[in-house]
Order: sequence, then structure tokens, then C-alpha cells
Amino acid sequence: MSAMSNRNFDRRTALRAALGLAAAGGLAACGSNNGRGGGSGSGKALTQYFHAYGEAGTEQAIKRYAKAYKGGNVTTQWITGSNFESKLFATLLTDKAPDCFEFHPQLQMIESGQVADLTDLIDPVKDDFNPADIQSHTVDGKIYGIRMIDDPQFFFYRKSLFEKAGVEVPQTLEELIEAAAKLTTSKVKGAYLGNTLHAIISPLIWSAGAQHLDDKNQIAYHTDAVVDGFKQLRKLFTSGDLLLDAPTDFWDPSALNQGLTAMQWCGMWAMPQMQEALGDDLGIFPFPRVGDAGKQSVYNGGWSMFVNAKSKNLEATKEYVKWLWIDQKEFQEDWALSYGFHIPPRKSIAESADKLKSGLPAEGVKLFNEFGHFDNIGWTQASITALEDVMANSVRKGGDPDKELTKADAKVDRELKKLFG
Amino acid sequence: MSTITKDGVSSPAPAKAAPAKPRRGLRGSPTLNFWLFTGPFLIGLAVFVYAPILWSLWLSFFEARFTVTPDKFVGLDNYVVMLTDEDFVGSLGTFTVFAALIVPLTWATSLGLALLVNRLRFMRAFFRSVFFLPTAVSYVAASLIWKMSIFNGVRFGLMNTFLGMFGIENTAWLANPDPPWYWLVIVTVRLWLQAGFYMILFIAALQNIPQEMYEAAAIDGAKPGWQTFWHITLPQLRATSTAVILLLLVAAYQAFDEFFNLLAKTTWGRPPLMELYYKALGESQDYGAGSAGALILTVLICLVTLLQGKIMGFGRGEESK
Repeated sequence: MSAMSNRNFDRRTALRAALGLAAAGGLAACGSNNGRGGGSGSGKALTQYFHAYGEAGTEQAIKRYAKAYKGGNVTTQWITGSNFESKLFATLLTDKAPDCFEFHPQLQMIESGQVADLTDLIDPVKDDFNPADIQSHTVDGKIYGIRMIDDPQFFFYRKSLFEKAGVEVPQTLEELIEAAAKLTTSKVKGAYLGNTLHAIISPLIWSAGAQHLDDKNQIAYHTDAVVDGFKQLRKLFTSGDLLLDAPTDFWDPSALNQGLTAMQWCGMWAMPQMQEALGDDLGIFPFPRVGDAGKQSVYNGGWSMFVNAKSKNLEATKEYVKWLWIDQKEFQEDWALSYGFHIPPRKSIAESADKLKSGLPAEGVKLFNEFGHFDNIGWTQASITALEDVMANSVRKGGDPDKELTKADAKVDRELKKLFG
Repeated sequence: MSTITKDGVSSPAPAKAAPAKPRRGLRGSPTLNFWLFTGPFLIGLAVFVYAPILWSLWLSFFEARFTVTPDKFVGLDNYVVMLTDEDFVGSLGTFTVFAALIVPLTWATSLGLALLVNRLRFMRAFFRSVFFLPTAVSYVAASLIWKMSIFNGVRFGLMNTFLGMFGIENTAWLANPDPPWYWLVIVTVRLWLQAGFYMILFIAALQNIPQEMYEAAAIDGAKPGWQTFWHITLPQLRATSTAVILLLLVAAYQAFDEFFNLLAKTTWGRPPLMELYYKALGESQDYGAGSAGALILTVLICLVTLLQGKIMGFGRGEESK
């Protein structure tokens, strides 16, 4: 302001100011270049969405791979927070939608034309993939996503604490509840299943000998054994032996590493961090049996790369996705093994993965193969949420699980009707 | 009040001047000036407020899953779905509990703070700032602090450490809805965040009360303290109190951030906006039903505001001093 009203204001000053502004503008332009340095300038500008992985170095890794791609400028959006799916679903409706993104196979995205058919990318190397990873992404013979990593989820426990309490690895849910009681002290809680308990819904169903949907895509989770499983969990929830309201959720190893709990439901990704904190004082076991007819189970989760079917750069995006997740085996191996531990879905990479060949990681792979269940593509977000409500209402709030499951049946049926007619 | 009259005098009275002798040119046309001043604001209002509301209205009559440009007309189906949904209707009950807790509590706290700060003889500006400062904190950040450090359920949580000194067992403040300790967390975080702002409003109102009234009351024999507060201060604050309560109610209606962050993925403690988000606008992306719910809420807010204005006399001439 003072410069404007200054009587000595002359042309030279004006020129200097203008030059200064121009220089600042130039600098600003550099700053907005998304940290990709000079930028190759060739190829299309693409955007990819990733949820924020907890392991150090993952964000840098994804950006490093993208930078190595010569066919275009790929910008990475690293989405923090616990609601990746809602952010993803919301942006997919807009012009700002990412060209490609990671997610789990869900049928409604295919039905509504949101994800592109990637069969021609995968077909040449189809046999190199874990067949289950192909099957869980296939609808009517078309493959819609490329699996990047397989993430088995199971229990991690402190061997020393189990020994001290005289507790064996539990084979049934009842035994697990008993063990949790024996393991609980004034400082340590017996078990941690995450703050919402949502992560163990699927394992509970499988371990009770049921499944989400049957072969005809009808509800198959509503069995007596599952109802009983929810009842047992309610007992555990109110027993005072379960760690509740921990600062970090189930996917973070902190609760176990900090000695807040003797066992924790978590994923193979956290194994390196746990080993670093606890050394050999660490073991794993699958979700125990629920009822007599059940069988132990492990959830083979993971993340897959999808291409936005409505992308303006559809072909360029497919090209990039093929380059990174089909051709660049070195990056794929780095992604699966250098940060957290993930099982590579490509057989050729899994075979050469020495880190997974011995010790605890090898046990994890064994549980993955022996007890693992993969995603069912017909089990979509609406159905997932319906069962999450059952967990909240029956286990945390103390409602009748059978009634809650009946309420969920209506919601799931509505979703199934939309998907399968 | 006085400024408005002055403006009216200094500029030509539009009712008389405009029709009689319309002035030409950029400077003289009151119509043009009117649009020049209000235009940008109106455009913003139209684009960001009215257009979305109208679009919602349109969407609410369609089946709009995963799209905001639907083509399947379903009439009033979405409204029926939302109004017969017991969770959505129940969320109005949750809101009532929340409002019944937070509105009086914030009103009393901010008034108390204002009275205290107003009586200070030194460091008044300092304390005013200190109590106002939380207003600048985001709801998300405060919620995370409340959740992860003050009210976490493990033994080193601030609250549990404090209660542990008296031999009280660790409490799961948020995970376990029985007893509903989550209300303590929800209400305290909002109280901390907003009390300072309303304190400023009350301080301004307190400073507007003429000192003569207190002097006159003292001469008439009113005792300082409770009697003076009850018979002079409180009635004099009526207009501000009404405004504060109205603002608090509307804010409570719009509560989302702290519920979303503190009670993520619960089925209880969901005020209307949370319910809408989970039911329709979040992951399931049912924009038809979501818009219907949003419009039902809009109508409700309008009704409540009008009703409150009627009962408490907000905006009436003699009150708005």
C-alpha cells in the first residue's frame, strides 16, 4: 500500500516489481510440478490412488516406480485416514477421478462400469499368477484387476507370555477366550482384535464352517455356529480380557509391540516390525475353530490395481499398469518384500522370495496356503457394512446376534438382488 | 441502527428518485450498483448453495446409485425409504440427546467464562485469548487428541492414568457403548472447541450493559452477586443468549466431524448427518435416498429455527439491541 501512495514511485520501481513478480511466478510454476523434477514432458499425465500403507518407505517406493515410467507423468495420491473406500467411491463419480487405483475386487464396480476389463493385459502371464487371485477378479471370463500383493491376516502372539501363563495355542474360540483370561494381568490384556472388531468378521464365518455366499450367490453366513460365534465374542468383549480403545487399530503392530496385549489379530505386512521389536518372542496361529463343524481360517486379503473405465486416458493408463504390475518384476518384488511382508501373487516372484522361505514368514505362507480364504467378488461394500453392523450391535452393544443377522440378511438380499437380479 | 439511517439519508431514496427521474450512466444507476455489489455474492450463493439444493431435490426423485445424473424416475420412493428407516428416524433422537447436553452446557460455560474474564482487572486480553484459542483448532485434530491421548482405553491414556490413581479400572471410553461414556468424550471435545467463541459474544454483550443500571440497583438496595446477576445481567443478555442458543442448535444439527472421528463404524451415537453419510452418501453412494434425507433435514432445520424464533422472540425489534 505504501508503495502505491508513494510520490517517488517511478517507472524503474514498477519495472523492478514486475520483474520480481515474474520471477516469483516462475518459481511457483516449478513448485507445482508435483516433485517430479524437470518432468519428461512426453506422454500423458496420469493419476493413481493408493491408501496410506503403514510401513516406512512405501510412499516413496510407489512414487519411485511411477517416476521410472517413461511413457507418461504419473501422479500419486496417497490417501491417509481410515475411509479410503469412501474417498475413492466419491471421486470415481467426478472428473477428478484417478486413472488407476488400488482396491479389492467388488462386483458393483464392474456392474456400474467403473473398472476396465484388463483381460488382455493379464492373459499372457495368467499362468504365473496364483489361480485364486485370478479367480477372485474374474467375472464372466473377464479379469478386472491385477493383484499386487496378497496379505494373509492371522493371530500374532508373544510366546513368552503364553509360557508364563501356561497357555497353549488355542484351537477353538472357547480356548482362545479362556487363554485371554489367563493371560490378562494388570498391565497386559489377553487379546486385541482391533477397536471395531470388524477385521475378524470374515474369519469368524469361515472358522464356523460357513461362508459369505454359496455357489448360487445366496446368503450362507447365517448359521447357528456363526450366531454362537458372535455370542462367544460378546462374552470376550465384556470379560475385561480384551484390549479396547487402543491408540492404534488392528493393522498396526504397536499394541503387541508395546506390551499392551499378549496376542493380536494383524496381518503379515506387520511381521518385520514385530520381529524387530520382539525378536523370537513371536508366534502366529490361524483364527481358531468356532463350534464342532468349523475349521481354522486365515483371511487372504490384499490389494489389486484397477483401471478407471471412464478415464480419459484409458489406453495410456492400461499401458502404465501393464508396465508396472505385469512387466516390472523387480518393482513388484520390491513392493511385496522390502517394506512390510506381503506374499507376491506371481509364482515366479514368490519362488525367488528368500525372505519368505524360512522362519516365521515361511509359517505365514503356510497358513496362507493351508487355511486361507480369498475375497468373494460378489461380497460388496454394502454387504460388508451390513455384517459390520451385526458385529457392532451384537458384540459391542449386546444385541441378539440372530436378530441382528436377520436384519443384515435383508440388506444383503437387497444388494444381491441389485447385483445378480 | 444509527449507521443504517445515515446511509439512507446520504444516498438518494430509491423509492422516490428512481421512478421519477432515472439516472443514466454507470455511477448513477442504483439498479446496476445493486447488482454490482450483491452480484458476486448472489452468484456464489446460487452456484454453491441453491444449485446443489435444487439438484438434490431433483436427485431425490430418482434412483441414483453411483451416479449424479440418473435417468430412472422413482417418484417419492426415496422419501418413503428414508422416513420409514428406523435408523434415520432414530438419529433424530440421538441429535436430541446431543443438543440437550451440548446447548445448555456450552451456554452456561461460555457465559461463566465471560463473567469471569470480564471481572478481571489485569491480563484480561491474555485470558480472553487463552479461552478463545481452541476455536482455531480443527474438529478433526481435537477429536484425534481426545481419542488417542486423553480418552484412549489403555493404561497410559490420560484419563485412565488419572483415574488409576484412585484405583479405578481402565475404561474403554469409546469402544464399549454400555455405559455410554462416549457422550462424555463427544460433549467435552465440542465444549472445549466452541465455548471460547461464544464467550466472546457474551463479553461483548456484557460490556454493552450500561453501568448506570448496576449503580441504580445498588442504590435501590440490590446485593451484588447473585441478585444483581439474576435481575439485571441475565435479562440484559437476553438477545445475545437467544442468538447463542440458536447458533448452538444449528451447529449441533450440523455436527459430523467429531462423531465421524470418535465413533467411526458404530451403529449408535449417529446424529442425522452421520446416518445420511453411512446410509447413502458414503460408501453405498445412493444419492437418491441421500438427497431425500438431506432435504428432510433441511426442512426440519428451517421449521425448528422458525419455531425457536417464535418462542424466544429472536430478531424482534425491541430485543435486538
